[in-house]
Parts: sequence; structure tokens; C-alpha cells
Amino acid sequence: MTTAMTAHVLMHAPPVVDPSSAHGVFSILWLVIALPALGAVVLLLGGKRTDRWGHLLGVATVATSFLLSLILFISLLGRHSGNRQVSQHLWTWFTAGSYHVEFGLLYDQLSALFLLLITGVGALIHVYSVGYMEHDDRRRRFFGYLNLFITAMLILVLASDFVGVFLGWEGVGLASYLLIGFWQHKPTAAAAAKKAFVINRIGDIGLSLGASLIFVTFGSTSFAVVSANAHNASSGTLTAIGLLLLLAACGKSAQFPLQSWLLDAMEGPTPVSALIHAATMVTAGVYLIVRSNFIFSLTENARTGVIVVGCITLLMGAVIGCAKDDIKKALAGSTMSQIGYMVLAAGLGPAGYAFAIFHLLTHGFFKANMFLGAGSVMHGMDDDVNMRHYGALRKAMPYTFATFSIGYLAILGVPPFAGFWSKDKIIEAAFGDNLVVGLCALIGAGVTAFYMTRLMLLTFLSEKRWEKDVHPHESPTVMTVPLMALAGLSAVGGLLLVNNWITTWLSPVVGAHVEHKLGVGSVGMSLIALVVVVLGAAIAWQLVGQRPIPTVAPEKVSFLTRAARADLYGDAFNDEVIVKPGVAGIRGLLVFDATIVDGIVEGLAAAFTAVSNAFRHVQNGFVRSYALMLFAGALVVLFALLAVNFG
Amino acid sequence: MSFPWLSVLLGLPLVGAVLLVLLPAGVAAINVKRAALFISVAELIIGASMALRFHNGDGTQFTEKHEWIKAFGAHYALGVEGLGLSLVLLTVILTPVVILASWNDGDEGRWGPKAFFAWMLALEGLAVGVFAATDVFLFYVFFEATLIPIYFLVGGYGGPNRAKAAVKFLLYNLFGGLVMLAAVIGLYVQSARHHVGASGGPSYLLSDLSKIDFGTDVGRWLFLGFMVAFVVKAPLFPVHTWLADTCEEATPGTSVLLVSILDKIGSFGMVRFCLTLFPEATHWATPTVVVLATISIIYGALMAIGEDNIPRLIAYTSVSHFGFIVLGIFVLNSQGLSGSNLYMFNHGLSTAALFLVGGYLIKRRGSASIKDFGGVEKVAPVAAGLLLISGLAVLSLPGLSPFVSEFLVIVGAFVYSPWAGAFAVTGIVLAAIYVLLMYQRTMTGPLREDNAGITDLNVREIVAVVPVIALMVILGFFPKPLLDMLNPSVHHSLVQVGAHDPGPNVTPSGSSDEGGAK
Amino acid sequence: MSVTPFIVLSAILFTIGAVGVLTRRNAIVVFMCVELMLNASNLALVTFSRANGNLDGQIAAFFVMVVAAAEVVVGLAIIMTIFRTRRSASVDDASLLKY
Repeated sequence: MTTAMTAHVLMHAPPVVDPSSAHGVFSILWLVIALPALGAVVLLLGGKRTDRWGHLLGVATVATSFLLSLILFISLLGRHSGNRQVSQHLWTWFTAGSYHVEFGLLYDQLSALFLLLITGVGALIHVYSVGYMEHDDRRRRFFGYLNLFITAMLILVLASDFVGVFLGWEGVGLASYLLIGFWQHKPTAAAAAKKAFVINRIGDIGLSLGASLIFVTFGSTSFAVVSANAHNASSGTLTAIGLLLLLAACGKSAQFPLQSWLLDAMEGPTPVSALIHAATMVTAGVYLIVRSNFIFSLTENARTGVIVVGCITLLMGAVIGCAKDDIKKALAGSTMSQIGYMVLAAGLGPAGYAFAIFHLLTHGFFKANMFLGAGSVMHGMDDDVNMRHYGALRKAMPYTFATFSIGYLAILGVPPFAGFWSKDKIIEAAFGDNLVVGLCALIGAGVTAFYMTRLMLLTFLSEKRWEKDVHPHESPTVMTVPLMALAGLSAVGGLLLVNNWITTWLSPVVGAHVEHKLGVGSVGMSLIALVVVVLGAAIAWQLVGQRPIPTVAPEKVSFLTRAARADLYGDAFNDEVIVKPGVAGIRGLLVFDATIVDGIVEGLAAAFTAVSNAFRHVQNGFVRSYALMLFAGALVVLFALLAVNFG
Repeated sequence: MSFPWLSVLLGLPLVGAVLLVLLPAGVAAINVKRAALFISVAELIIGASMALRFHNGDGTQFTEKHEWIKAFGAHYALGVEGLGLSLVLLTVILTPVVILASWNDGDEGRWGPKAFFAWMLALEGLAVGVFAATDVFLFYVFFEATLIPIYFLVGGYGGPNRAKAAVKFLLYNLFGGLVMLAAVIGLYVQSARHHVGASGGPSYLLSDLSKIDFGTDVGRWLFLGFMVAFVVKAPLFPVHTWLADTCEEATPGTSVLLVSILDKIGSFGMVRFCLTLFPEATHWATPTVVVLATISIIYGALMAIGEDNIPRLIAYTSVSHFGFIVLGIFVLNSQGLSGSNLYMFNHGLSTAALFLVGGYLIKRRGSASIKDFGGVEKVAPVAAGLLLISGLAVLSLPGLSPFVSEFLVIVGAFVYSPWAGAFAVTGIVLAAIYVLLMYQRTMTGPLREDNAGITDLNVREIVAVVPVIALMVILGFFPKPLLDMLNPSVHHSLVQVGAHDPGPNVTPSGSSDEGGAK
Repeated sequence: MSVTPFIVLSAILFTIGAVGVLTRRNAIVVFMCVELMLNASNLALVTFSRANGNLDGQIAAFFVMVVAAAEVVVGLAIIMTIFRTRRSASVDDASLLKY
């Protein structure tokens, strides 16, 4: 089946990015980025003067951006499907020799969806943060950083050039660094922020070298030129580009082997986690792969790499999610896993690009919903994150419980909630590609059902295990309204699949959708997946729900649980293999620099000093001794002359 | 005769320095400082108005030529092309910044503020001379003369071991200068033999010398003579150790002048003399220099990660960055060389900002050791913010000006050899580690009790640094004016060295795709 | 005219001067010995000038005289100052200018 698909792909070269210049309503495109950017600048430079109304400005700019995105989207809907790529040239960024990089924006079907997701979910998270951060005296700065985050992510998805993507890419990295380390008086937060940035930078190696290779190959890094000429490049080059871009995606999307920053990133305030996990940041890797479909569609090998990474990560994340008692970390493991699904789907090529984006959107809804729900729980539990101290919160927090439950059903893939449609399609496409890959996706779905059910049981159901002096209460309206909105989206997100709307919509960007027939048929596949999900949930019910839950995590557990608690030893591995030898090596290098490199120079100086010290005793201050030497010297010269002349 | 812009730029600070010293002893220190600032700002205004009169792509401009020593063929000849002008601009921009930032740093020194600011102004004038000289002999004279102000600035104003540091700096650089002197004399011999001067005699004018075909052996030896001096100056592994020692003892202002401006003489000299005069030898040396530069990138970054002393750390980051600059020069393609030329300017800005903000903090804490800081963000948020932005510039975050240059160098290195690109690019990860590690250890975490007394920056200190940061942001998004200035001279250098850019591996299919590429 | 006697006399005078410089401690005597050596060389210069029939040697001798005169002026002043402060004209006592 795989070979058949390859042939299919080769017959239909991927679509070319060929935008028309923006005019009319599309000329406001730059404003979508400029508004949150303006908000960030005002809030960060304005200082204390803006403390009183800063958060409102933050919300207003992103909300207006969302409105603009909506207007643009509707205008795009009104256009003919072959004429939906719009570019806006802003200015020439830099030029060197024949290399020109434009500061340009590309608005097409793909970026349109991202724009709606980023600004829409982003705006809801902003609203929620108004309540969540109310008692933080640095709230204004928090909103400045949030706006910066949105700005960077918008640049990332709107840039028309790989270097432009890089600008947004690193901007997202910076904003996440600032937000993860927002409570930087906590050493763990500061360390987590640094870790996130450094690991992201390892991914950036991929993007830097990928862009370099693209320039060497095509003489340009703009999507338009690269996509038009990609089919002329050799397959080795395309594979290399694909793998380098995959490395970049691994860093930003927390995919194996660069996944370890994501769990630590939970040190940031909860809205940040929601923003990182749902609307921005981790989705960037998926975006990059789908955007570069003109490369990936032509290189089977690189796509195999993408699929492998996706499979490993989706299982890893799910396993880690099973063992975490920290509600945010359990959700973070879940994000890893879900992004793994998207990467897997993107790796399937034309059969999966649209579903990767579809799942990305629905995941954006229900994961933001659940993260904000977790934040709401923490808000009521005095910032305690340990689920073993929760229990029976459904009564204390009815709205949170209700909205969270919808998210829960959505992530499980229970019809008719959003996750069912998107995840199901990925599992189906995975089976269409390869049995092993399909099984991975299917098992992942079962494990997802297990850990999410466990999370629900520990938090909202079971009996109460609250600490003393904790009085759970429902969060203020400003926090519950975004929850409800997101819950609504999580419930109806599947509508995007009506009439295969999303695949049709995206096909001019990612190529025509490739269908493949499974033996069991589409409905059969859904039923199998549903059975697996129910099985996973039932096991969780049996193991967690039917036994008393200790408030301290038990020590005597299976090896797998211990490994999962330690993030499958990802950090331990990095520590032993990279950090410790690195530190030792640097220590050695410091000694080398001081003793050998500088030692040779200083030693040379010391040798001269020693010789001079020995000779200076000739300078004894006695005039007569100097005179004697003078005569001796004169005699030597005399005899030398005689020897030369008469010798 | 047109207005002698460069002579004015050269002479004004030198005359200013002399006047400053001649001020009667009764003049208050504050007025001395004001006078110094006034002179440097006047210099900045003159420099800026000169830059506005520069026509991109018209070659060497604002030329002046007077015969100096006829027997040697030496001239007092000045002129700037894109690269020279950008570095002259860097000099005139950074000097007032440094003077304002080191307002009180001269008070405790050996000879008081009067000499401190006089030496700084003298250094500014001499630096302009180095970047503007179009006569090799004149260049050599300025090259050596710049050592004098720095020697006194380090030796007279700085940490406890400043005397040793000053001597080490001087000897190291004199050694490089001495080797160069041999090559300069060699050039005289060659020019006399080839009768390139106007009247058939010897000539030191660059325009005359570039006509000579030195032949393989002679060219390579002369190339090496210049290269040794430049490699010491723009310190590459393994002759970099003087930089860290000097920066550790010098005041932050001195370090800025040294690292941001004077060290550029090395990389500037490579482009202006090595490439232009000895194309054959340049091609011959390229593989070695590329390897050395790549080692410097990684070595400097690793040293910076392990370093506990803030000025030493910054010095090692510069070793790493000079690795990038030299790498970009010697890959001999437009991307690398444009990137390098731009990097010289941008590195000047980013390092200046980091040195100055770091210096503010060190002065407050009374210690340069990172170990002694911790949690300072709590008491000095503005300082923390500025340190972070400067640090992000040093690690070449997109949106700040060093990114464009570093990216172009990496692309250029990749065009030269994918391996060179791959090794160089590890520098961006290491840069993230050393900058963020420093920020984490100094600024974040719980506030240590002995740091509670640290106050935030005052208005003067902020005003000094903000222009530099603003410039980095502007040039990060809109480096076009600078690149337009630099690219013609890059093209010129590449033509002289006889290098051609390889075209793309894939020829564009169809003519409609040309829109993006050209 | 034979130059030999003049040269021999010059050599004897020079040797006396040289030995005096090397052996005597009193600064004044050392000084006089130096003068003796200078005059010995003047004698040789004038002799050769005469023998060669040109004025080069005599001109050189004049130079030597001028330099010697200047030297005496400065040297005696230094010796006087040293004697005033140290109450001694011995060159061995004035050995402070050393390593």
C-alpha cells in the first residue's frame, strides 16, 4: 500500500504557493499582527502607568485581532477556491548577493485557520487570565508577555519565507521563556524557562541549517520559489531538508527526542500552559511540516522519520500522562501525545495533512478548555496541583466540572464530540499507511482513555481528600465564561468535517486528499477505536475508581510506573549523557585554556623574565666594572677586525 | 576642494583630548565630563551628516590625499567605502554612549577623570584614523597608536591587577604589530621594485598596491604577516587569552571601546588588506582560517559557559562571535561576507550593551562573580530587563540586529561547506546556554540578602544604553540601510579576491518564479 | 716624517689613561684619565691628518675637543654634587644605580 501511495504522490506533484497581491479587505492583514504587537510594546515599555488598564488593553488588542481574522476568513470564503492565496509585501528584510529575504505575509487557507485558532483561543485565554492573575502584582507584565506570544505566533504562521517563520519561531521561544519563568523568583521556574529555550534552540539548528540548505538548493527561501522548484531537487537533498525541518519541529512541538522541556514548562502560570499547549508554540512544529508539504510530499524517507517520531511521542506522552499526580503534568503528557498524533498524521503525507490540522484545531479547543479548567481547579484549591489532594470537586465547582467533562469526552474521542472526528480520521489514515503505525495510534487512544479517566476520577469524582483549610469554590465568571466557550467549541468542533469541508478547504495548500479503503470500512474502524477507548476507560475505572486513593503516592509500584513518573528517564538520560559530560568537558577546557593556551604565552613571558633576572646582576652599579666591560668589548672588536683582515 | 570630513572626524577628538588635558586644575570634574560628552556628541553629529552624504556603491569616498614621506611612498590618505564608513559610524555612536555610561568611572582611577576622558577621545580619533586610512603606512601608524590610549585606560583605571593586564594587552598586540611591521616593510620593497607610485617610486597607497602581482611565495608571506596581527586583534583561538584578562580588569567603558571598536580593526583589516592585496594567498589560507574560526566559535562559547566572571564571560562570547565574523569573511561568498560586515557593526552594539549593563551591576554589587548575584531582578527590574535584552541580542535572537548577520554567516558557511555550517550553527545553542545561564544565576531565584542593597539603574545609565538597544531593534527589522551601504563594498572585495557565488543547485523552472528571486 | 713616534706616544698615553680609568677610585682622577685618553686619540687623529695631507682628522679632533669640554662641564658638576651630598668622590661609593 505504501508503494502505491508513493506512486500516487509522484504523479500529482504538491501544489505551488502562488499568491496574488493583497488588496481590498486583505490589505489589513498586517494589522492582525500589529495590534497585539502594539499591546506588547505599550504594556512592556509603559511601566507602572499602565498597571490599571493594562490587562484590558491586552484583551482588547487580541480580541480585535480575532475580529479582523474573522473578517479576513469570511472574505476568503467568498473567493473562488483557486484564488485564496494572498500575499502582502511589507518591506525587504535583507539582501546579500543574490539572496533576498522579504518581510512578507502569506494568507491562505492554512494560515486562515491558524489565525482563527490563535487569536480566538488566545483571546479567551486572555479573558480568563484577567481573573486568574488578578492578585498578581505583575499582571500588566504578564499580559505584555501574552501579547508578545500571540504576536510571535502570528508572525510564524503568516510569514511567507522560511526566515520569516524563523523570526516568529524564535519569538515564540522568547515569549515562552518569559512566561514559563514568569515567577522567576522560583528557581525551578527559572530553570524550566531556560531549559525550554535551550532545547528549542537545538531544534533551531534544524531550521537554520534547513533554511541554509534550501537557499543552497533553490537560491531563495520564500515559499513561492521553493514550492515551485521543489520537484527539481534531488531526493537526497529533499530528504535532508525534510529531516532538518523535522528536527526543528521536534524542538518546538516537544517531540521525541527533544520532548523534555514540555513537562517542566508547567512551572509557568496555568493560562500560559493553556496557550503553549493549545493555541501556540507546540502546534508550530505541525504547522511547519504541513506548510512544507511541498518538500515532505516528495520525500518518502523524511516522512517515515516524521511518522516514527510521531508514534514514539504519542505513546511516550500517553504513558507519562498515566503516572503523573500533578494535574498539569498529566495534561502536559497528554499534549505530547496528542501532538504526536498530529505529527504522525502530517507524516502520512497528503493522506494526513488535513487531518493533522483538523486535530490541531479540535485539540486546541479541548486542551485549552481542560488546561483552563485545571487552572480553575487550582484556583479553588489554593494552587495545589496534586490530584491526590483533590476528589469530589464536581459539587464544589459545577461549571468547571461540566466544561471539563466535555473536554474529557472530546479528547477520548467519544462521538459526537470534536476529538472523535479528528482522532478517528488519524487512526484510520494511520492504518491505511501501515499496520504497525495504525496499532500505535490505536493503543495510544486506549491509553489516553485510561489516563484521562484517571484524571477525572481523582479530581472530580471519588471521595474528597482535601488538605486542611482548603475550601474549594467555583471561579469567578470572568474565568468560567471562557471555559464555557471552549467547551462549546470542543463539543461542536467536529462540524468542520461535514461534507469533508476541511480537506476540501485545505487541498489547494496541501494537495488533494488521498483516500484509501480499509478492509473494515470507515464506520468499522470507528467502532474498533471506540471499543478500545471504552476498554481504556474501564480499566481506569477498575484500577483507580474502585480502590481507596492514598493522598501520598505509593512507593511500591511497577517499573513502568516509576519510569513514567520520571518522564521515561528523558531528563536522566540527558543529564548523564549530555549535561554531566558537558560540564566536565567545560571544566577541563577552562583548565586547558588557563594552563596550556594561556600557559604557553605566560610561560614564554616568565622565561624571558627569568633570563633577564639572571643577566641584570651584571648591572652592579660600579663604574669601573662597566669600564672594564667596555674595554673588553673594544678588545673583542679589535681582535675580530684583526682576525678578519689578517686571518 | 571639498570639505575634509574624515580629517575633521579624526582631528576633532584628538584636539578635544589635548584641550581637556590642558584645562586648568580648578575646573570641576563635572565640567570636564560635560566637555568630553559635548565633543563626542559633536563628533557623532558630524559623522552622521557625513554618512548622509555617502552615495552607496560609489566606491571609496570622502578621499583626501597628501604626500607624507616621499622616500617611502607614504601618504596621508583617507577615504571610506561601505565597511569603513559603518565602522566609523560605530565608533562615533559608541563613544558618547561609553562616556555617558562611564560618567563616574574615571574618578577613582590613577589620574582622575580628566585623563580618563581625554584618552577615550584620543582613542576615538585614532580609531577613525584606522578605519579611514587608505595608505598602509598610515594605517600601521594608527594601528599601533591605538594601543597607547587603551594601555593607559586599562593600566590607570580598573581592577586590582590592571597593571599586569595592561602589560599583557600591550605586549600581545605589539607582537602582532611587529609581525605586521615586517610585512609593511616588505610591501615597501615590493612597491619600490614594481614602481607602482605616481612618479615610478614606491607607494603605500592601497590603490597602487592592489595593482601589484606579488607572486605566490611573496604574497603568502606578506599575507601571513598581516594576518597574524589581525588574528591577534580580532582574537581567534589560540591567541585570544589577552582579551579575557584585559576585560576582567578594565572598566566596562574601556572594554566596550576595546572589544566593540578596536578589535574590529582585526576583522576590518582582513577584509581591507588581506583579501584585497593578496587574493591568491587568501584562497590558499581559506581552509585553515575557516577551521580556526569554527574552533573559535565553539571554544569561545564553551569557555563562556564555564566562566564565572561576568566581564571574562562577555570577552569569551566575543571570541565566539569573532569566530563567526572571520568565518564569514573567509568563506568568500556574498552571504558570508555581507553577514560578516554587518556582524562587525552589530557585534559592536550588542557587546557594548552587555558590557555596560553588566558593568552597572558589578559596580553596585562590588563583585564581578556570577556566584555573588542571585535574585537581583526583584530589586532591579530595569537592569534585569536591559541585561536580558542585551543578552538576547548576543545570542542573536531574530528581531534584534545580530540575528541577520549571524544567519547570513551561517548560510555563507553552509554554501562554502555544509560541515562548516553545521559546526558553526552549534554556536547558537551554546550562546543560548551561556546567556541564559548567566541571566538565571544573576537575576532569578530568591533574592539573596547580600544583594538586597542593589539599587535599580538611574536615569543617566538608562539613557546611555537605550539608544544602543533601540538601534539593535531597528536594525533587526530593517537592516536595509546598513546592508545597502555594505553590499557594494562586499561585491568589490569579492571581485578583487576573484570569488564567485555558486548559483542555486536547482535552476528555476519557468520564468514566472523569478519574481521572488530577483 | 715618520708617524711612528707620534703613534707610539699616543698609544702610551691612551694606555696610561685606560689603566687609570680602570684602577683609580677617585672620580676626579678617573675623569682626568678619560681626558688623557681623549687627548691621546686627538694626537693620533692629528698625526694621521698630517700624514694623509687632508684636514679630516683635524676636524675630528676639534669635535672631540668640543665634546670633551662639554663633558667636563657636565661631569664636574655631577661630581661636585655627589661630593657635596655624600662627602666622598669615590666612584665605588656611588653605586646606587644598579639592578
